[in-house]
Amino acid sequence: MSCIRSLAAVSFLASIGFSTTVIAQEMISDTTARKQPLTAWGVQFEEFEYRYSDDDEELGVWNADAFYGTDEFKVRLLTTGEYEIEEQAYETLENQLVGQIPISKFFDAKAGVRFDTPEGPDRTYAVLGVAGLAPQWFEVDANLYASKDGDTSAEIDAEYELLFTNYWILSATLDATVAFSEDEEIGVGKGLVSTETGLRLRYDLIDRAFSPYVGVVHERKYGDTADLAKAEGGGTEDWFAVIGARIAF
Amino acid sequence: MKIRVLTGLLTLLMPAMVMAGEYGLTVDRVKIDTGDFVKEGIGYNGASPGPVMRFKEGENVKINVTNNLDEMTSIHWHGLILPFDQDGVPGISFPGIKPGETFTYEFPIQQAGTYWFHSHSGFQEPDGAYGAIVIEPEGREPFRYDREYVVQLTDKHPHSGDRIMRNLKMMPDYYNREQQTVGEFFSDVSENGLMSTVRDRMAWGDMRMMKADVEDLQGFTGLINGKGPDQNWTGIFEPGERIRLRFINSSAMTYFDVRIPGLDMTVVQADGNNVQPVNVDEFRIGVAETYDVIVRPKDEQAYTIFAESMGRSGYARATLAPEEGMEAAVPQLREAARLTMADMGGMPGMDHGSMAGMDHGNMDMGSSEGVSGMDHSNMGSMDHSNMKGMDHSNMKGMDHSDMSGMDHGSMAMGKGGPSDPFYAKGSGLVPTAANGGKFLSYSDLKAQDPLYEDREPTREIELRLTGNMERYTWSINGVKYEDADPIRLKYGERVRFKFVNETMMTHPMHLHGMWSILDVGAGQWNPIKHTVSVNPGTTVYMETEVDEPGQWAFHCHLSYHAAAGMFRKVIVEGGPESTQAKTGVVAEDGGEA
Repeated sequence: MSCIRSLAAVSFLASIGFSTTVIAQEMISDTTARKQPLTAWGVQFEEFEYRYSDDDEELGVWNADAFYGTDEFKVRLLTTGEYEIEEQAYETLENQLVGQIPISKFFDAKAGVRFDTPEGPDRTYAVLGVAGLAPQWFEVDANLYASKDGDTSAEIDAEYELLFTNYWILSATLDATVAFSEDEEIGVGKGLVSTETGLRLRYDLIDRAFSPYVGVVHERKYGDTADLAKAEGGGTEDWFAVIGARIAF
Repeated sequence: MKIRVLTGLLTLLMPAMVMAGEYGLTVDRVKIDTGDFVKEGIGYNGASPGPVMRFKEGENVKINVTNNLDEMTSIHWHGLILPFDQDGVPGISFPGIKPGETFTYEFPIQQAGTYWFHSHSGFQEPDGAYGAIVIEPEGREPFRYDREYVVQLTDKHPHSGDRIMRNLKMMPDYYNREQQTVGEFFSDVSENGLMSTVRDRMAWGDMRMMKADVEDLQGFTGLINGKGPDQNWTGIFEPGERIRLRFINSSAMTYFDVRIPGLDMTVVQADGNNVQPVNVDEFRIGVAETYDVIVRPKDEQAYTIFAESMGRSGYARATLAPEEGMEAAVPQLREAARLTMADMGGMPGMDHGSMAGMDHGNMDMGSSEGVSGMDHSNMGSMDHSNMKGMDHSNMKGMDHSDMSGMDHGSMAMGKGGPSDPFYAKGSGLVPTAANGGKFLSYSDLKAQDPLYEDREPTREIELRLTGNMERYTWSINGVKYEDADPIRLKYGERVRFKFVNETMMTHPMHLHGMWSILDVGAGQWNPIKHTVSVNPGTTVYMETEVDEPGQWAFHCHLSYHAAAGMFRKVIVEGGPESTQAKTGVVAEDGGEA
């Protein structure tokens, strides 16, 4: 019995020694991941859809972005394309690679390059933009583009979501492009070029990762751009029925 | 004879001596079955939650922790007073425990009560790496009970912690399914009128803040002792017995409102420290807090332990019954909580100048005394000029409950709607008991036996709790942990921490290694806690006797807020001279050996 107690006493003394050496111990510096900026990544297809127009045109369309980075700096790849199913050709194909930094509580600035490689002539632009959340919950993405030949244009993209329930969500989108100079080769006239408005009703089926939707999209060309389209024998206005899914992972 | 003398001597020495207990824990990959889903997780000794570690006050414990994971791990003994290098925070206490390695924790147990332990590495804790600690006191307890159960709550989510963090960074409302809908707009219109509802929506839309932003993380299954609502953990009792329930909230993100319909609960302990008993019908348990309550079911029937999440997006359920298999009715979830403009009161740079004025009034109320013991001199410190400058057009757009917050009469007396000095006046988060009875407030907590002499703090440190929901960034004084310098304290000082919550979320602030004496206005009877919950739009004070040298973590205990930067290192400079002197000797001894 006493033997056990002595052992206990020894261990107690040992622990006294132990706890006093604490101060002698070096206080380590934090090199764990917690002390590093948190990096995150994400991929979102806001649109991944099949479009059927009022004059029987069929399109496969996507509008997606992927990001990687910290709160202070993100790299973002934005890709959007319209593929004409019958003609097996890209009507539009844009890829942007931008760096993104916060400039205010709700907005980021972006700078980078945009490559357009549709059927027909290619273009490369420098991109400068802002993206963020405007008052009243409008998601806004506004960009300025300057091509190698000095053609400049601006594009604004806005989205608003209406929650019928927390799973049935109607999203309204507006995309408008203005050109400050003509680029006839790719059918862009000076002034308001085009708008695309869309209404999509989605249902969040798997978290926010997979949300099928149906909707309507209206595309219209204006002014000189419309004239250029007409001269080419094309239309200036299209209505589409769309079916697709919003995807995030 | 000799032996006898020796034994006698040892017996005399007994009070100063202690038994050393040796314990083992393995950190393992485990399967977690909630009844709603099965997922891979992390546990201890092959299960999540891990075992209940039972220690004795005065004992020296030795705990061998073996890491069977393929990644680093750690165990933090939440609420335990111990040498800092045993505190288990990688990068602050120690480097962590490598895969395959066994680390031996060794420290004296200097306290009693209910605590818990969890991993402090990555998101292992939300992934399941937690367990309970029960410490038996050396002396008698000031309350009696015949039986005791640990009731450990958590919010088990089907997604891994890493994925949740990434999703929140990608879409901060990823998990919020209680957002305001078109339907709610129309029901608000019929209740408050069209213009008022439109103005309300515009005011919130202008701030880009959501009234529904009460719980970042929804879609969890509430567990009690690892069991989901359908698996129904059951504690057996004999009618007439006093049962001590040791509630521990080990959630990653979820506050729970706990009640046992049909039973009064007597709160006897908070965060491991005895409090003067308070009878309540319901209480809110913040993340990482513990409350011990005593219940005395007299009837031969089952009782449901019902723990609704603060935002009402989920619940945990268990049963107390005379026999296994008995069940009582499970209540419905109450309506989802909504923030009000009062909860936004702490926001700086808000367009509504009026709010700042309101805020000052509330803060004085919330931070000093309880409603009953309110010092009217505080009212004098209110900035009346701001009140006059209120924009009444904005006011109309706000909830009527906010209006009462503007009213001087109700400010003083707390009339009109539920009130609690630890919530902003007119807050949408003020809890009420489901049966209309008593809901525990922080202001009800009074220490049973103060640990420290009451004295004037030597200085005050202001910590503004800051963040941006839309970016899912969380910080202290606007600075994330990655960019922050440590908070330096001096051994022997008594620091008064002033928490100013400038966000719309509730933050359970946890200082490691030293007690947090929560200022409820009770002077020397202020309760002693390890986790202090700070509600939106409020200021809360706590004092800390800086009596442990070393370096410590200090953070919001919401897992994803801490990881996003609401975290600090605290360095205690200096130490007791005797210890410092001894240190030298011990170091020399060590050198010779």
